[in-house]
Amino acid sequence: MNNQLREWHPYVGPFDPCPPMRVKTYIVPPNLFAPFQPANLQQYSLPEALRLGTLWPAYYSPYESRMLEGRS
Amino acid sequence: MDGNTTVDQEYYRMMEELQQLDFALVELTLYLDTHPDDMQALQQFNQLSQQRQQAAYRFECRYGPLMQFGHSYSRYPWQWMDTPWPWQV
Amino acid sequence: MWIYEKKLQYPVRVSKCDPRVAKYLIEQYGGADGELSAALRYLNQRYSIPDKVVGLLNDIGTEEFAHLEMIATMIYKLTKDATVDQMEAAGLGAHYTIHDKALYYTNAEGVPWTAAFIQAKGDPIADLYEDIAAEEKARATYQWIIDQTDDVDLQDALKFLREREVIHSLRFREAVEILKAEREQKKVF
Repeated sequence: MNNQLREWHPYVGPFDPCPPMRVKTYIVPPNLFAPFQPANLQQYSLPEALRLGTLWPAYYSPYESRMLEGRS
Repeated sequence: MDGNTTVDQEYYRMMEELQQLDFALVELTLYLDTHPDDMQALQQFNQLSQQRQQAAYRFECRYGPLMQFGHSYSRYPWQWMDTPWPWQV
Repeated sequence: MWIYEKKLQYPVRVSKCDPRVAKYLIEQYGGADGELSAALRYLNQRYSIPDKVVGLLNDIGTEEFAHLEMIATMIYKLTKDATVDQMEAAGLGAHYTIHDKALYYTNAEGVPWTAAFIQAKGDPIADLYEDIAAEEKARATYQWIIDQTDDVDLQDALKFLREREVIHSLRFREAVEILKAEREQKKVF
């Protein structure tokens, strides 16, 4: 996921009521960097393509749930 | 006669095979919509299209019609309304 | 015309009895950037967009209906055997009052679907940029719903839907490039 993840560091105010989240992230999907698909890209196998939601590894964007993040 | 198609392991296997073929066809369709001159993608599309017809035919022989309005055959009695519907499996 | 096919685009599995998530999933059923909005937005724009990209709008619009059915399947499975108490605890008490277990086209806060959720400006660039924005917003919504459930099977189908937003966004970006290139192609004639 790392190469599609961007970080930023929000300003932390002296009177913020909650413990600060020092790092926030957002995703930059691959379609931003190659907005017109080149021909003959490598393909996933058909079972993999269905599971991942695209036929082309170059345009796959992974995402993992953050649900357990806050609890650890 | 009870309007209930028996859903066994094979149902899920054959359904998934068809879903895999059809998904590649969806991907190639959208790709060809913006790359109409890609001969190789077009050949792959036509080849998978043929494979999907065969896979759909095999599925329908066992589990009844997939499509409506004359795009699939039905045995007697009319099988279209037999359960399960896609959201029930 | 459209012909129904008795199969889902992707096998939807829900492994946890957690009707709470159904309330959030309704956003992608009848919300502003949900699948109903997407299907109607693209199919409606077909009539006034340059011929070169009609096929794309047609096909993505059609795929959105397959996604709508996947979302409906998730909501159906999550609520079908929920008790009144469970509906209440899931924040679906008011939904139960009005609809029982029926699905209804609202967003996650109960605001009914409205045509005001979508646009048709008639300008191809404005319309395609709206489409790209809608795909990115839907992608973000899927991310936040994935964050709100720990059911890995449900996450699995939601990740599939999220990736579809990435691909649709790509295709709309390509459509913009195709319309930009029109002038150069005309010179050839």
